[in-house]
Amino acid sequence: MLNIKELLEEIKASPYDEIEISVPHTGTVEFTGLKVGDKVNGPSGEWKEKPGTVLAKLTRERNTKSITAPEKGEIVSIRQDLEGQFVEAGEVLIKIRHFLSKEEVIQLILKKALFLFNAPEKAKYYFTPEVDAKIKGSGERSVKVTEGMELFIVSRMKRETPLNYSGPEGLIYSVYFHNGDNVDAAQPLIGVCPADQLKQIQEVVNRVQSEWEEVD
Amino acid sequence: MNIDKRINALAERLSYIKDIFGNLENANISMLSSELDEFRGLRGSISTKDSLRKLARLEDLFSFLESKLEKELTPMDRVRIVRHPQRICLTDILENVYDNYTELGGLGEFSIDPSMLIAQAYITRRVGQKVVHQPVMVIGQEKGHGQEFRNGGSVKPWGNAKALHYMKVAQAEGIPIHTYIFTPGSYPVEDYPGAAQQIAKNIYEMGKIDVPIISITSEGGSGGAEAIGLADRRLMLSHGYYSVISPEGAAAIEANLRDGKRVDDSLIAGCARRLGITAEDNLDMGYIDRVVQEPHLGAKPNSYEFFRNLRSEVIRATNEVCISVKGLKLFRAMALKHKGPEEGEDVFMRWALSSRARARLVEKRYEKFRTLSTSAYMDQRSVFLKMGAVVQGMAWSTKSLFVYNLVGRTVRAAKQGMEEIQAEAHLVKERTARLLKNKDESGPDIKISSDVRDKLLCLSTSDQSPCYEEGSWKYSSPKCRDDRTFSCPNSATEGCLDLWAPDLFGDFAGVCSNCGHHFPMEYQWYLYNVFNYAEGFEFNSGIESANPLKYEGFDLKLDEARKKTGLRSSCITFETRMDGINAVVICLAAPFRGGSVGAAEGEKIIRAAERAQRKQLPLIFYAHGTAGIRIQEGTNGVLQMPRCTMALRRYVDAGGLYLVIYDTNSYGGSVASFLGCSPYQFAVRSSKIGFAGPRVITETTGIAIPPDYHNAWNALARGHIQGIWDRREMGRNIGQSLMTMGGRNLYYR
Repeated sequence: MLNIKELLEEIKASPYDEIEISVPHTGTVEFTGLKVGDKVNGPSGEWKEKPGTVLAKLTRERNTKSITAPEKGEIVSIRQDLEGQFVEAGEVLIKIRHFLSKEEVIQLILKKALFLFNAPEKAKYYFTPEVDAKIKGSGERSVKVTEGMELFIVSRMKRETPLNYSGPEGLIYSVYFHNGDNVDAAQPLIGVCPADQLKQIQEVVNRVQSEWEEVD
Repeated sequence: MNIDKRINALAERLSYIKDIFGNLENANISMLSSELDEFRGLRGSISTKDSLRKLARLEDLFSFLESKLEKELTPMDRVRIVRHPQRICLTDILENVYDNYTELGGLGEFSIDPSMLIAQAYITRRVGQKVVHQPVMVIGQEKGHGQEFRNGGSVKPWGNAKALHYMKVAQAEGIPIHTYIFTPGSYPVEDYPGAAQQIAKNIYEMGKIDVPIISITSEGGSGGAEAIGLADRRLMLSHGYYSVISPEGAAAIEANLRDGKRVDDSLIAGCARRLGITAEDNLDMGYIDRVVQEPHLGAKPNSYEFFRNLRSEVIRATNEVCISVKGLKLFRAMALKHKGPEEGEDVFMRWALSSRARARLVEKRYEKFRTLSTSAYMDQRSVFLKMGAVVQGMAWSTKSLFVYNLVGRTVRAAKQGMEEIQAEAHLVKERTARLLKNKDESGPDIKISSDVRDKLLCLSTSDQSPCYEEGSWKYSSPKCRDDRTFSCPNSATEGCLDLWAPDLFGDFAGVCSNCGHHFPMEYQWYLYNVFNYAEGFEFNSGIESANPLKYEGFDLKLDEARKKTGLRSSCITFETRMDGINAVVICLAAPFRGGSVGAAEGEKIIRAAERAQRKQLPLIFYAHGTAGIRIQEGTNGVLQMPRCTMALRRYVDAGGLYLVIYDTNSYGGSVASFLGCSPYQFAVRSSKIGFAGPRVITETTGIAIPPDYHNAWNALARGHIQGIWDRREMGRNIGQSLMTMGGRNLYYR
């Protein structure tokens, strides 16, 4: 059984991700004047169409490419000594410390604590009518799943087949798709939580919700 | 009580005046304001009699100063008038100008598009002892008095489709159409049928609607206005505006601001002045036929005198259109000429037209639009050349008639007859052969030469393109002499490797060898490699873009563009021979002012269409890129939308093949008219097509659009275009199109 409290402590000890930005190919590096401790932004916009902060420029064969920040965060180290130098592919230029947000922490815990039931093939997924009615009536956490239980309908090209649940017994904690969504193969459909752990998980999630301080 | 009401009315008039003049410091306005305040202060202390006397004096003062302020109105003030919630709207006109009306296609919010209002209305008149009802179809944008759900009169594509549908109903019923234009521009959504495509369809169809169409413009914003504005008589309200773009839009382009920064008011006012958008300006340029006078500072829902006037004007205009095409008109035509505008109702005329009159009407409408804006460009050709062109045109028409219609048709008929006979004979031969063979019981033996077999079974490859000779293209881009590499924009998702410029722009024709992304190429690349420009003959190159509105600083910009590109306008028209087939090609080159279309470009397009029609050649429109209508030419530019579309429709109706090919970015009025009306529209890969660019959409509607909203694949999915071509295969695809598509008059088949 997973010790959730321990996991939370672990995350609390280092509440961030460190992202290393390395050059994609050889070329001359030019920094944009960022210093250690500067804040950078990740891609923004509804479709992430606006690229993040430009960290450096890499020029090869008179082709200048911008290297942008993949996530929001703070610069922890920067190889100023490489300014204007020719570097080989894979050389790390900048390290960014990305502080985890509330949502990310909860997702991290849930992904580890829950049993994820994945889609076996790319298709549209629906809950079976009885389950669907129950979820709509009293929420997803009211559905108890057991090994071999008929849980989903897989619909593809007008072919509809039932899909049985296989995995540990428990309650559906979260649903990762909407009824009728096209889900890719190996993407999680539901997260299942053993009944005896439900209280514990909810407690941790509540604690994260109320206590987690987001660092901008 | 009565006094209170009158004071309130005055207060309302004052706030209206303040709104119109945009809170500008004005002695007259502050005087009105202080006088009204003073009267309000005194009101409790003086007798009713005195109050009434003072109030009457105050009302006189209001009227007097309003007439004084009327003279100070700037174009921008007029824009504020038409946008004011107190401005008359279409329902007010239906209530007051017509005698009875029934709304069609829904009421208010419950309609497919509430901003387009359709009504079947009656004008009832007494003729002698009889009462006559004359039905008309009233179509127009409805703004309501500030109703949010009507989008301020910005019509969505389905609203324009509704308008077109009821125009056809009116045509079937043989009743005139009155269109009222109250729109700041169309709503830029690309959902099927697409804003641009629907406007193009409207203009295309309206050119041939054979009942009288009268348009009355209050707020005429570019594409939205043109969608219902192609009329036999165009009236305009004296305080309205008719323009290629809103002054704010023009100012934003002038200032070249990004990220939603605001343009300062003086630049907006300057643009409004320079664009020549008022009724007076448009009357001077000949784009409208008459101005309907409004009361001081604009008509409001209670301006009953104005409605009477408008009623008389629309009746008179409808009469004029009918009389101009009717057979028997002697006295009434004379009477109509001598009547003043307020006596429009005095002359009675049936608005039903005979079939011959209807044909004349369509012809007259074309002639009317053909002659518009002909002074807005420069024609550098000598008198001798101009005369020669006219004579040549006549000679071609005669030759075409003789060669293709008289002789050609007979030959074609004979050929077809022969084909039929051959097919019959073939069948009989086969049947008998099979009978004989059955006796021998031998199987069929197939003999196919290896040549034919290769053609049937092997895949085509791009390096066998007609222009790719001996391993190189006829024209190679100057970019391929650059020693540098390029990264494909799709490299993050598709994993494309960087490409070296000489490879990319030389051998690969600007196409990423991994994902097929098309990097932009110069228009010359297409001219030489696809359209065989080197052996072609360019015509009308002497027609040059001008600055008809004397727009400040525009002459300089035109000079710059001329110097930079070596072109005289963004349009190149030439006759060429591809794979043994003669064709006329129109090319809109993006480097010249963004490929925008003005009077010179419009004229060249029309002349090319006429040439193709006379010589019975296929017509190919290659849009290397277009930003739409050139705003600095104002209405001169907008008029090219109906003008070119009508000319191209005549060409298509005469049996020609009109093929459109889009490249890079094509937006705006061109797509919403002469490009969008073609039944055969293709796009080069990685091109973008739409009604308004992403920035304009976000600015006008406040909605951010996905980055791939305008790309060719989405345009194809929405039904805007009919196919997507690879640049390297364009020559062959055109050859294929010329052999498989097209009308009845194509000479080569």
